[in-house]
Amino acid sequence: MSIDKDTARKVAHLARIRVAEDDLPALADEFNKILGFIEQLNEVNVDGIEPMTSVTPQRLFRREDVVTDGGMPEKVLKNAPDAREGFFAVPKVVE
Amino acid sequence: MSDLNKLTISDARDALKKGDVTSVELTEACLGQIDGQGALNAFVHNTDEIALEQARAADARLAEGGDTPAMCGIPIGVKDLFCTRGVESQAASRILEGFKPEYESTITTQLFDDGAVMLGKLNMDEFAMGSSNETSVYGDAVNPWKVDARNLTPGGSSGGSASAVAADLCLAATGTDTGGSIRQPAAFTGITGIKPTYGRCSRWGVVAFASSLDQAGPMTKSVRDAAIMLESMCGHDPKDSTSADLPVPNFEAMLTGDIKGKVIGIPHEYRMDGMPDEIETLWSEGRKMLEDAGARIIDISLPHTKYALPAYYVIAPAEASSNLARYDGVRYGHRAKLDTGEGIVDMYEKTRAEGFGHEVQRRVMVGTYVLSAGFYDAYYNRARRVRSLIKRDFDQAFDQGVDAILTPATPSAAFGLGEMTDADPVQMYLNDIFTVTVNLAGLPGITVPAGLDAKGLPLGLQLIGRPWEEGDLLNVAYALEGAAGFVSKPEKWW
Repeated sequence: MSIDKDTARKVAHLARIRVAEDDLPALADEFNKILGFIEQLNEVNVDGIEPMTSVTPQRLFRREDVVTDGGMPEKVLKNAPDAREGFFAVPKVVE
Repeated sequence: MSDLNKLTISDARDALKKGDVTSVELTEACLGQIDGQGALNAFVHNTDEIALEQARAADARLAEGGDTPAMCGIPIGVKDLFCTRGVESQAASRILEGFKPEYESTITTQLFDDGAVMLGKLNMDEFAMGSSNETSVYGDAVNPWKVDARNLTPGGSSGGSASAVAADLCLAATGTDTGGSIRQPAAFTGITGIKPTYGRCSRWGVVAFASSLDQAGPMTKSVRDAAIMLESMCGHDPKDSTSADLPVPNFEAMLTGDIKGKVIGIPHEYRMDGMPDEIETLWSEGRKMLEDAGARIIDISLPHTKYALPAYYVIAPAEASSNLARYDGVRYGHRAKLDTGEGIVDMYEKTRAEGFGHEVQRRVMVGTYVLSAGFYDAYYNRARRVRSLIKRDFDQAFDQGVDAILTPATPSAAFGLGEMTDADPVQMYLNDIFTVTVNLAGLPGITVPAGLDAKGLPLGLQLIGRPWEEGDLLNVAYALEGAAGFVSKPEKWW
C-alpha cells in the first residue's frame, strides 16, 4: 500500500489540518515510512483472535442517566476564543 | 539543614513530622533552584504564590499534629498535561495557548488534599507525543547529565519532570506514560519512575492522548518515594469510567526488601539485534543482583514482542486522532485569523495547522488514515488483535508463576538533542521498544537506575509486574535498588 499526493491531501482534509500543496509529497513520503513499519503486522496470524477492547476484564462503570453537574455557563465559556451572550461564537455555518 | 531541595520525599516527611524543617523552607529552597534552571527549561510555568500558600497551609496542618498524610508539605512539579485550576495547562502545545482550566484534575486534587505543594508546571513533548522532549512549544527540556559539549535529551514525553527531579529542582514530579513516557525519561536521568496498572490512577483532567494506554504515575528519587507518592495518586474515581474500584494498599509498608523465592522472568525476545554491550551487561548484572537476593530466575518467552511497536503506532495515533478532534478553535485555546469569505471548515483547518506541531499533525493524520473507510479492518482491527496476543503472552508468563519480568529500560543512554532530527520518525519510535508492550497489556512497570555507561551516563532497568500488584513490584524494585546502590548525581553546570 503506497500513499500518493492525492491520498495525503484527502487524509489532511479528513483530519481538518491544512497542508500546503507543496508539502504534500513530503507528507506522503512520511506516511509511507510509517505505514511500511506498520505493515509488519500482516505477518501475524490473528485468526480467531478477538480485538482487544479493554485492558481489564471489568465492565465499564455505569450510573443513573441523570444530571450531576452544571449551571456554570461562565466557567464553560471562560476559555473560548470568541464567546458572546452566553454562546460560543463561530463563523457563519448555514448559508 | 542545607540543600533541602535535594531531600527525598521520605526524608523530608520525617524531618517535617519531627519539626526539623518547615514546608515553607523546603518550598523556598526549591523555588530558589527553579530560579536558576533556565538552561534546563524544565519548569515552564512557575506557581510560586500557589506554592507558598500551600506550604503555609501544610505547615499549619503539620503543627496540629496527628496523622498527616506522607505527602503533606512536599514540594513537587506537575507535568503540563495535568489540568490545574487557574494555571496554564497547555500540554506543551500552541493550540492550548492561554488555556487556564476552571477545574482541577483528580490526581492533583488528591495530591493537594494530602498537602502536596505545587511548584509549577513541567515541560513535556507536545500532547505527550515524543521520546526526547523536542516537540514542545516551550522548546527542548535539557538533561542535567552532561558528559561533553552536547546538551542531552532528558527523554520524553515527561522530559521536564525527569530533568527537574534529577536536578533537584523539586522533590518529585508527576508524569504520564502512554508508551514509555515515565520510564524512558526516568532511565535517561537516573531517577525512578513507575507506571501503575491501567485503571489505578484516574485519567480525569489529564489531557488525553491515547485513552486506552494513558496512565499517570510518580517520578521520584527513590523507590520508597515512588511508593509514597503513588499511593496518593491512586484510587477509584467515578469521573473516569475505566478507573478501578479497588482498595489502594499502603505501598510503602510493602517494601521489605525480601524477595526470597520470587520468580523473575527474563524474556529472550528483549535481546535486540544491535543492542549495545553495556545494556546487555547491565541486564545480566540486574539478573545476578535479584538472584543473589534470593529470587529464582527463569527464562521466558513473549513471542509477540516484535509487533508491539507497530501495533502501538496504529492504536495510539487512532485514539489520538479522535481525542484531538476537540481542538477546533471553538471552545478553548488558539483560533486562526480568517480572511474574508473563509468559513468554518477553513477555521478548523487553519487553526489546527497553526496550533499543532509537526509530530502531532503527523500522528493525527496517520490515525485518521488507519480509521478511514476501507482501512479500519486492515490496520486498526488487526492492531487490536495483535494487542490481544501481546497481552496473552504476558498472561501466559504470569500463569507459569512469574512474579515480575526484568528487562532493560531503554536501548541506549540519553542521546544528544537534535541528533535524531534527520532520522525518519520510526527511528525515534524505537526508543520505546522495551516499554510499549507494558502499556498495550495494561501492566504496571517501573524503571530503576542501575548503573552508568562508559561515558558516565545513567542506565536503567525495568521491572514489569502482575496487574494490580504494584506493591509486590515496588518491593522487587526496592531490592534491585538496594543491590544496584546507584547514588550518582549529575554535576551542576546549569
